[in-house]
Amino acid sequence: MIEKTDVIVIGAGPVGLFAIFELGLLNITCHVIDNLDKPGGQCAELYPEKPIYDIPSRVKITGQQLTDDLLAQAKPFNPVYHLNQQVEKIAKLETNEWIVETSNNKKLQAKCIVIAAGAGSFVPRKIPIANLDNLDGKKILYAVRNKSLLENKKILIVGGGDSALDWTNELSKIADVTLMHRRKEFRAAPDSVSKMLELENDKKINFLLGQIDNIVESKNDKLKVTVKNNDEKIDFEVDYLLPFFGLKMELGPIANWGLNLDENLIKVDTEKFETSVSSIFAIGDINSYPGKLKLILSGFHEAALMAQQCFKYCYPDKKNVFRYTTSSKDLHKKLNS
Amino acid sequence: MKIKVTDREGNKHELEGDTNSTLMEILRDANLDIEAACGGCCACATCHVYIKDEWLDKISGKDDDEESMLDQAFDVKHTSRLSCQISLSEDLDGIEIELAPE
Repeated sequence: MIEKTDVIVIGAGPVGLFAIFELGLLNITCHVIDNLDKPGGQCAELYPEKPIYDIPSRVKITGQQLTDDLLAQAKPFNPVYHLNQQVEKIAKLETNEWIVETSNNKKLQAKCIVIAAGAGSFVPRKIPIANLDNLDGKKILYAVRNKSLLENKKILIVGGGDSALDWTNELSKIADVTLMHRRKEFRAAPDSVSKMLELENDKKINFLLGQIDNIVESKNDKLKVTVKNNDEKIDFEVDYLLPFFGLKMELGPIANWGLNLDENLIKVDTEKFETSVSSIFAIGDINSYPGKLKLILSGFHEAALMAQQCFKYCYPDKKNVFRYTTSSKDLHKKLNS
Repeated sequence: MKIKVTDREGNKHELEGDTNSTLMEILRDANLDIEAACGGCCACATCHVYIKDEWLDKISGKDDDEESMLDQAFDVKHTSRLSCQISLSEDLDGIEIELAPE
């Protein structure tokens, strides 16, 4: 089934969220796609508790507060969020509309695409050791998609954050789990930490102090992980390695859409913030133009101008009457409904 | 002030530092291969460097935030630091550092 909307916004960071509002003012509906499991982008993922000081009129606001407020501001326009998925492919129809396909095989149809993808999608950070690609997804799992695969297996989980601790606790029920971290302190939720320590105490899991030094595939379909702790090295044979070293940002499939790029940024004009392909826009940190500043407030400005041009694509026969939100009866009706 | 950097390929670079900047900003603006994804607010570990031993004492110590962000870095050593957390000062003129693996 193909879901139809006016505009597909790629990226649910602050600029993508504000784009919903600006488009909504012009009666343009949106679907929003993001690879994270929650809206907010870097603000929610990297610095939810850290203060931002340069949002106009907000003397000081945390990344999470800003996200929550932008979500509330966009809510009256009923955006549809598609989280935990990345846009894989786009194709243009004869009607000049776009079909967008996500990594969850979701298909969306829209008149315009707005790329508000920041520094790209958040993806798991991989181990920087050469020649591991062939083990990726087979013996080295950066995400667990199928738990049953791990039943009764010997597993080494590496990391000290929530993902590492949650999977240690969860998989301890079905597998032989060792958790390795460089120190015996964890930046995970206190509940998960105490649960893990309890499991270790009851000998349901092992804890190992150390870091990955090297990984090789051994003959019996196992992995030989060399672990080092200070100057001491030991080999460890396991069925699966689950490293959790946080996330990094990658441009991903967008790089292959035929847009004019400047390094990893998308070139746009400064009137409409449209890319080299008509009806595809790029706003926020992902775009590039002379004088660009990577600030949230620049992205907000870009969203407002982008929306003006989207209106022309979405309502080619209608005149766009410029209105302030303070005096628009139409808008007040919408916000109060 | 000078900053001496060894990159991941073993090439040496001598950079001009200034006391208004962090070490990360100098590395990034010299186009060395350092991601510094969060822009310097100690919210990622992509500006990880090793400080040459003899300079360690001259730098103010790691706080808890930095120590926990280093959990996301690879091959963390006792000389590991996040370069965004190091404010440059004249004491650090000539500091020698090495970029850690990505």
